Amino acid sequence: METVTTQDITVNDLDFIIHYNPDICIMCGSCVAQCSFNAIEVAPQVRKHEPTQEGAKQGHKKKILFVIRQKTDLAHACVGCGMCVKVCPNQALSIEANPESRKNLLARTQGVIKRGGRASSYSLRTLDKIMVGRISQMTDPALDSERHTFDLRAPLGRILKAQDLPLKVDGQSLSLEKNCPPVRWIYPLLFSDMSIGAISTRAWEAIALACAYLNEECHLPVRMCSGEGGMPLKLLKSEQLKYMLLQIGSGHFGWNRIIKSLPLMRTDPAGIIIKIGQGAKPGDGGLLPKKKVAPHIQAIRGVPETALHSPPTHQGLYSIEESVQKMHLSLNAAFGFRVPVVIKCAASLTSVAVYNNLLRDPYHISGGFFLDGLQGGTGAACEISLEHTGHPIVSKLRDCYLTSVAQGLQGQIPLWVGGGVGLTGQAAADCFKLICLGANGVFVGKILLQLLGCVGDEHGRCNQCNTGKCPTGICTQDPRLIKRLDIDRGAEAIVNYVLTFDSELKKLLAPIGNSSLPVGRSDALITSDYAVAQKLGIAYAC
Amino acid sequence: MCRIGAIKSTTPFSPKIALELMLPQQEGHDNSGFALVMQDLAGAFVHYKDKPLLSMACTDKGIQLVNAYMEQHGFVQLAQWVPDVCKNQNLNIRAMPRYVFRTYDLPEIYQYRSQAAREDFLLDSRLELRELLSVDNNGYVYSFWPDVLTLKEIGDPYDIATYFHLWDDDSRLLAKNIVVQCRQNTNYDIVRYAAHPFFIQGYTLCANGENTFFTKNMELQKSLHRGYIGFESDSQTFLYSLHYVLHELKWPINYFKHVITPLLPEEAQERPDAKVLALIRKSLANLEINGPNTIIAMLPDSTLVSVCDAKKLRPVVIGRDKNLVAISSEVCGLNAILPHRNLSEDIYTTERELITINNALEVKRWKQ
Repeated sequence: METVTTQDITVNDLDFIIHYNPDICIMCGSCVAQCSFNAIEVAPQVRKHEPTQEGAKQGHKKKILFVIRQKTDLAHACVGCGMCVKVCPNQALSIEANPESRKNLLARTQGVIKRGGRASSYSLRTLDKIMVGRISQMTDPALDSERHTFDLRAPLGRILKAQDLPLKVDGQSLSLEKNCPPVRWIYPLLFSDMSIGAISTRAWEAIALACAYLNEECHLPVRMCSGEGGMPLKLLKSEQLKYMLLQIGSGHFGWNRIIKSLPLMRTDPAGIIIKIGQGAKPGDGGLLPKKKVAPHIQAIRGVPETALHSPPTHQGLYSIEESVQKMHLSLNAAFGFRVPVVIKCAASLTSVAVYNNLLRDPYHISGGFFLDGLQGGTGAACEISLEHTGHPIVSKLRDCYLTSVAQGLQGQIPLWVGGGVGLTGQAAADCFKLICLGANGVFVGKILLQLLGCVGDEHGRCNQCNTGKCPTGICTQDPRLIKRLDIDRGAEAIVNYVLTFDSELKKLLAPIGNSSLPVGRSDALITSDYAVAQKLGIAYAC
Repeated sequence: MCRIGAIKSTTPFSPKIALELMLPQQEGHDNSGFALVMQDLAGAFVHYKDKPLLSMACTDKGIQLVNAYMEQHGFVQLAQWVPDVCKNQNLNIRAMPRYVFRTYDLPEIYQYRSQAAREDFLLDSRLELRELLSVDNNGYVYSFWPDVLTLKEIGDPYDIATYFHLWDDDSRLLAKNIVVQCRQNTNYDIVRYAAHPFFIQGYTLCANGENTFFTKNMELQKSLHRGYIGFESDSQTFLYSLHYVLHELKWPINYFKHVITPLLPEEAQERPDAKVLALIRKSLANLEINGPNTIIAMLPDSTLVSVCDAKKLRPVVIGRDKNLVAISSEVCGLNAILPHRNLSEDIYTTERELITINNALEVKRWKQ
């Protein structure tokens, strides 16, 4: 019997198998040259030779061909990104996901696996079990989504109870006696926090460009969060700062530059987000691998070339009360109490407690509660965190909303939720259902990258955001890869998607007869899952 | 579908006029009931205008429970009107055994308390009576307020009027204001409390339409005031919003319109009170209405109010002559009671209007 070195790794052990057709390959080398993961190579291959008469005389029974071969070591395993397929002029390559892969196990013999992307818990999506079931039929008229005027705005900022508003009756009018906390009135879709560093300058610019275009040309007040790490000085000093929420993460990266820029700012930012946690990896801090800390990132963040770890928590904050009194207050004060300061947490069994504390805070100083669910994306996380920590967003949102209802405090601290919004491509449906369950708005990140060309998915494709080798030029700082991303085309895709989102949102509002956002209108939803109906307090239908 | 109406006159009139306003609109409602609230009474209660009048329908046991309660709490009965009912078996009415319309003197201690304290006491008493009678379905308390009488019943409005002899004007049941509605049905159960007009502390309201933001309205209102209960009908929330804005917040009535149908942000920005409007919209977002609704309300001073949803999906029309103004879902109702009015003076309340009619029959159109 032939001996076999059974412990060797072959393509059958990997997540993706590349099929190669040498008959149509012209050996141009493009596929090998473009592969940022170095997963394929040109290699000699011995073939059986059918000799010519002359060759037979010389005894040649074999020949050597050069072929494209998939590497089999784990460090160079194909991630399925498909760029080789895209670049091949003759479609000589194809990629197949391997259901028998052993990579998940074998890779752990080489240390903790880190990756980007989302958790692979697609089947857990509750939103797909919910339908908009309360359709206006005779009792009241459905609206015409093309004809009626819709008012799709959501608050960002601390809202006071009506009886606490500083209003004075002045004849037949009311007048304001003193200032109230700042509240922005914005589009219910917010571009989530992805830093310059986690994503490339081009990707960030494309998203920022789309955001500005949507505001200035399409009149949709979409806002974007900077992510932790600051932003270019030019933008901090520009009018477009008003479209931006500045994030302060636990590493406080970029804030030296932001604070120094305060006197130079022509306008106030849309808001400040204090990032406590992230749905994709709750309890974990941010991580920007050294490979992605390029010179321009070092400049923006004011750091040397090194891996940048944001701690799991803001050092010096040990309780929610401290968070409110120290961090919220100081950030409010820094911007003259003109800018809403909001907080972003990973959804957790403790979210209701956090929300209650913010709602009951006597200073009325928290302008929003951002909840990030377990299906949120990340640029870099340990896979064990991605796959095994976190909390689904839907029930947690509902818990928070209902706890505010029970106290008559609903709407006072706007609830914004994210984490898998648009995972199926239909962000408008997700947004609508979440709003009916009590959200004021939603934030999205991953789908923006996907619109820019990211091919990562929940089935293990690519998700190499942490390696600095992103083949689409989105999550990398490698100048050669970055150039693959066409900024204008990317921004255009995002703008067009948001315009479709807007139309689709109206298409869902119109049948339930509403022209403004149905925040908390849980009576519009049904589900055929009895447990979901019970948990969320919506109608069970079958 | 509900059909609603209201009549205000300089001279007291009988419910017969209200019936004449509503019956031509029968094709628009389902003839399932009849309900009215009368205010600024004449007739049997003309000498007791400052005394709280209890309006309820109940069982014999219910009467005993109420009598015991009122005695225990120091109320002294002054006058009552017992309707002379027609027991004809062919009438389509699901009558209760007893109907009570009584005025009371407040317990003596309340003679020395503030108006607000007296109002709260009357509300609390009504809520307790309601709770008391809800056990074993012993009855329904509709209003307990000075100079206000409420009558509601299930059945055909024509037959209900016959049952209570409302067609025969015996001058005992008269008022200068009547708010009326001809449907006892909700879209779901038939519940007496679900029939408009609704009443709380001098505020009366009925509405035509479907409140698509009912859940939002209700969830907030439950925490705003102890009197905001029931919610048997999705239109009750409009009454509570009206009461909250005017009675609790004490804002001018124009702001009721701003609360229930806020301006678009770009429109509001142009207003001198833009900051106030923005604050109100955000703080009372849960009281917005966003479906098809027309509202007719009556305030404690008997001012009538007409207001529509922001898309004017439910119509309402106001007609008048020298001595009488009427609001009606359909113009055919006006034609029945005001056949000789000047049609060109009819007002079709628009989506951005709030119309008030005072006791001098002055009609004010306020543009939002």
